[in-house]
Amino acid sequence: MTDQPGLDPTYSDLLNEFPQAVELEARPGFTGVVVLTSALIDVMTYLRDRKGYDYLSSVTAVDDFPEDKLEIVYLLFKTTGGGIIELKVFTQRDEPVVPSITPLYQGAEFQEREVWDLYGVKFTGHPDLRRLLLWEGFSGHPLRKDWKEPFYEEEVKPFKTRWPEGKGVRSENLNPFKDNVQYPRDFDPNTYEPDADRSVYKLLESQIPAETGDFKVDHLVVNIGPQHPSTHGVFRMAALLEGEKVLALKPVIGYLHRNHEKIGERNTFVQNMPFTDRMDYLSSMSNNFGYAITVEKLLGVKPPERAEYLRVMMAELTRIASHTMAIGFLLNDLGAFFTPSLYALEERELILDIFESVAGSRMMCNYFRFGGVVRDIPEETLKSVKKLVEDRLPRKVDDLDRYLTDNEIVRVRCEGIGVLTAEEAIAYSASGPILRASGVPYDIRKVDPYSIYDRLEFDVCYRQHGDVYDRYLVRLDEIRQSLRILKQVINQIPEGPIMTGKVQYMVKVPAGEAYGRVEGPRGELGFYVVSDGKPNPKRYHVRAPSMINTTSLEKMCVGGKIADAVTILGAVDVVLGEVDR
Amino acid sequence: MNGLGLVKGLALTFKHFFSTYVADIFGGKNSIRRRGTIDADGLFTIQYPEESVVIPEEFRVIPFLVYTLGEDGQRKYRCTACGICSKVCPTQCIWITRMKDPETGKPITSSQEFYIDVDKCMNCGTCAEFCPFDAIKMDHDYRIASYTRGETHIYPKPQLGKPLEYYAKIRPLNYAVEEAERAAKAQPRQ
Repeated sequence: MTDQPGLDPTYSDLLNEFPQAVELEARPGFTGVVVLTSALIDVMTYLRDRKGYDYLSSVTAVDDFPEDKLEIVYLLFKTTGGGIIELKVFTQRDEPVVPSITPLYQGAEFQEREVWDLYGVKFTGHPDLRRLLLWEGFSGHPLRKDWKEPFYEEEVKPFKTRWPEGKGVRSENLNPFKDNVQYPRDFDPNTYEPDADRSVYKLLESQIPAETGDFKVDHLVVNIGPQHPSTHGVFRMAALLEGEKVLALKPVIGYLHRNHEKIGERNTFVQNMPFTDRMDYLSSMSNNFGYAITVEKLLGVKPPERAEYLRVMMAELTRIASHTMAIGFLLNDLGAFFTPSLYALEERELILDIFESVAGSRMMCNYFRFGGVVRDIPEETLKSVKKLVEDRLPRKVDDLDRYLTDNEIVRVRCEGIGVLTAEEAIAYSASGPILRASGVPYDIRKVDPYSIYDRLEFDVCYRQHGDVYDRYLVRLDEIRQSLRILKQVINQIPEGPIMTGKVQYMVKVPAGEAYGRVEGPRGELGFYVVSDGKPNPKRYHVRAPSMINTTSLEKMCVGGKIADAVTILGAVDVVLGEVDR
Repeated sequence: MNGLGLVKGLALTFKHFFSTYVADIFGGKNSIRRRGTIDADGLFTIQYPEESVVIPEEFRVIPFLVYTLGEDGQRKYRCTACGICSKVCPTQCIWITRMKDPETGKPITSSQEFYIDVDKCMNCGTCAEFCPFDAIKMDHDYRIASYTRGETHIYPKPQLGKPLEYYAKIRPLNYAVEEAERAAKAQPRQ
């Protein structure tokens, strides 16, 4: 059993080290090992300290309803590169309890809260196990297979009522209150205070240090957001202040939550593609990319050469658009009101023009399909990409560089702010520019190349200080590297088909699981898809880089000034559509 | 030197400011037309609704049903009520009733009713992509704001129908390719 061909040697080491507690996943199509709940912490400690698996990519769960079984899935990587280690823990569905690994990997904090929220798994030893995306008092755990939403229609799409009988349903008509909002008689919205808020404040107040010295210190709790121009969306930071100093800070998210994953499990595989656009709405092509390569892993198809080049071209254009925007809006947060961000938006407009002529839409591209892309790039558009990449963008990036990099105000406000050391960045599962600005040269395009990145020449951009200024510089460097990649892509793009086989509206995906990841503009964008051979995925999980990067927000902000918290959040570059999903 | 970075930055904004005038004065008639394109220098925006940007062919909003006019002036829809669009629609905003033969009660290849809930429609273009009869296509008309919502946003078949000529006008390249395919199929086998 242990000398199976193609098996990662770490798995056999694990089996030898923990013969009682660890066994190989036996189901066909599945990989990894199953670990006994009692041995989880030991196995994780062994992997982290002895085997170098220091990077926890994601924690999620799978519901095996109607079987009385929940699987908790842990995906681990090494920051020095290499393959995936997948651990699973089985627990029963009623009263599931699993030890928390947050003390080992701080990056698990939000993800375990998410699993508690959506699956109802209790993590013992978790420092702050509250609901993450939904509000306290929400009834049930929605990702469980037997949970049904209000105005529930059918378990999976396509709904049978739509054809051939032709009955459409508007959920507004099913709502008993129609447009009117009514409260129960004894409910007074003016005095109502939700429990969740109280628990956040209680948590913050517990951080107040014991009074020492001669002076009495007044502490203040300040909420930045959910409606605040510097939070880039509906995001809330509850901060405990002593004067201007941040003593504790808790991000509160979920205001934009729509349970993307439940929608994804109701959808067929093809139907999911346009929904992925709407997660990180600034880089929809990257989202498409991640989902497409994950399902292609399950299907075992490979897109033709030209499609691979088109995919990389679109992904890199997205990266440029997203990074210029991130830089522009970081300056907004510093107080340079909209001049830099509008300069950045101009270049983004031109990139969106390209997306529009290729995919039909500027932001919601829906361009990738399993085994290729939807349509070929028009000759004229290819010319304008060439012109943009070889002439205009390098010039404009240099302009942006000249405009901002040496600016005294930018330097004073950004240097040494929000420092995250390399060890902390890894422990908090930060990814993308944040991880690389902390001196960890970890770029999935290099360490785990997908598509044609192994053939393209580019450098991994990283900096050493781990502060806001370095994050800005890493983004600027990455734009230049993306331009370098794009130049190669444009010169090498071959003629040929753009699709393997015929694109089908009902894809037969064999049973199994796959984890595909791409280096999105914000970091490691991973999709974990489990299929049971039916037209709809059994489990569809997104490792959203924005959300996991916010885990380290508290670490970065505490000890600094409240005005810097805004800058730090700007440099994390969150997209709330992806944080809340 | 302190302040040099600020001066450099300000020089750039001034350059951006003045290049609009330079482009306007020396660029001649085409200077305004260059705004919002790769060649733009300085001011980037255009004055909507007096001017509007050129829409690329693949641009998509709200699907429509292609029909041709018969000799008697009746609309002949290409739709055969096969239901693929309603099955593949990610938001399930399309619903179709198949037409039945009034005498035998057997379904025939035409739709009795065809509705699209445009409030739910996310303009993804999947229906048009998977339609085997080129019967449903994505529109270019993005000015669809209205004073009411609710039931008026469920478009029935007559409202969804647009003539083939309109389709040929908004998507000439796609139309040419499809017509060539049709002609090739229609030719009897030698």
